[in-house]
Amino acid sequence: MNRIEPAVLAPPAAPAAPAVEVLSAQKTYPNGTQALLPVDLSIAEGEFVTLLGPSGCGKSTLLKMVAGMLEPSDGRLLLWRRPVAELHTCAHKLAFVFQSPTLMPWASVRSNVRLPLDLAGVPRREADARVAEALELVGLDKFATALPRALSGGMQMRVSIARGLVTQPDLLLMDEPFGALDEITRHKLDAELLDLWRKKKLTVIFVTHSIHEAVFLSNRVIMMAARPGRVVEQFEIDEPYPRSADFMVSPQFSRYAKRLQDSLLRATGAHDEVAN
Amino acid sequence: MSVRIPLLQQPRAQRVIYPVLVGVVLVAIWQGLVTAMELPPYLVPSPYLMMKTLVADWVPLGNALLVTLKITVLSFVAATIAGVLISFLFVQSKRIETALFPYAVLLQVTPIVAVAPLIIIWVKNPTAAMVVCAALVALFPIISNTTLGLRSIEPDLQSYFKLNRATRWQQLVRLRIPSALPYFFGGLRISSGLALIGAVVAEFVAGTGGSGAGLAYQILQAGFQLNIPRMFAALLLISLTGVALFVLMAWLTKLALGSWHASELSQD
Repeated sequence: MNRIEPAVLAPPAAPAAPAVEVLSAQKTYPNGTQALLPVDLSIAEGEFVTLLGPSGCGKSTLLKMVAGMLEPSDGRLLLWRRPVAELHTCAHKLAFVFQSPTLMPWASVRSNVRLPLDLAGVPRREADARVAEALELVGLDKFATALPRALSGGMQMRVSIARGLVTQPDLLLMDEPFGALDEITRHKLDAELLDLWRKKKLTVIFVTHSIHEAVFLSNRVIMMAARPGRVVEQFEIDEPYPRSADFMVSPQFSRYAKRLQDSLLRATGAHDEVAN
Repeated sequence: MSVRIPLLQQPRAQRVIYPVLVGVVLVAIWQGLVTAMELPPYLVPSPYLMMKTLVADWVPLGNALLVTLKITVLSFVAATIAGVLISFLFVQSKRIETALFPYAVLLQVTPIVAVAPLIIIWVKNPTAAMVVCAALVALFPIISNTTLGLRSIEPDLQSYFKLNRATRWQQLVRLRIPSALPYFFGGLRISSGLALIGAVVAEFVAGTGGSGAGLAYQILQAGFQLNIPRMFAALLLISLTGVALFVLMAWLTKLALGSWHASELSQD
């Protein structure tokens, strides 16, 4: 089993520029709670990376620091080699999708999706054209005038994703976006997300606590553990895209899932020993 | 093809028919008791006599109603404008709210009857004095509800606005104000009734007679003259005004919130 895989020996064809660099970023709250121990992470342009771990492992904290919604208490985060706070000065854009759809209940689907364009002062005409495009992308073009409450949970989440895509971002940050949906809807949206990612050549950081979702979606899984929140291990999911539903019932899929599961147990076990 | 539902089973019809039925029964009992026990009209007039007096005395009563309505509407509008402005001031900073909110409470807990004589002395114009009194009564629910509403923003939605570098103004117009509307209208509904109560109380305290006399003065006068049927007729007009205001506010709420807010969805 010491055979070296040729893929490892071969130099990477075109080393993609890092879209996201996390340099010893950590988060300690003033009361001393360590939400996240220092993390070093580099995410290449076009990569689909999943942050996987139990609640309290700091995965959302890390994601929010990448988005600039939280300041690291130490360390730095770079997007396209610039500090996060300076993102708006360069041509690159990020979009954030929350766990809940976070739509404005008083506004139609169309107005909700148009919100980021309105806030940026994009002319109405251009904005409406882009909104129509984004809604078509998520298959909701027939619901443009509906109010959010008339839609199902999965459809509301699609609106939220359309709102993320309408600004034509390079980087899509998703914080357990499908966590509140039933499993069938979640699988469907996972598959749609992969399509969008490939079509739009996005870089995605996806937070989840589902091992299966992580294996199905990602190029790379960052395994995290709680108390204190930290990165434990990283796994490459070396499977070709497009990934079909068959992949989910394949032996490789189970092997990946098992490895992630073991890693998660090890991380939790280590914590228990410390606690005892 | 919609199925024809019997009128009595339609929720919309039920909302009208049921209370009307209760009213008819109560009025019938009232009329029956007055007739059977031969109660004199100076103690309890019958509903029939009350209506007859209302028609016969329509000129003074109608004029009085207009006066009371004017004070109610003016004070309600004044309270709404002042209340909203104060709320906007409060949400500008927690410090302002902390410093000023106790005084808003003070305003609320001080009985208007106790303050009204002072206001009537200070404000020369009697109508203006009564408007001030009634507005003071109606003010607090608007301040407290609107302030609560302006602060009740979904945290993630606010993060989203910040992430998209929304200006303070954009956040106010696109997020805070729409979020506050359901609370604001709740405040309006309470305050419209309070404005009427405030107007009647202010009239009682002011005791203004002559052409500028409102319904409260009609009640006082009728009391002195033991003209109890007229007193009842005036009371009826005040109650109906209150109901009308409430219905108007409910209708406005529906108009403004339309179908998006949970409170306006039918429970059927």
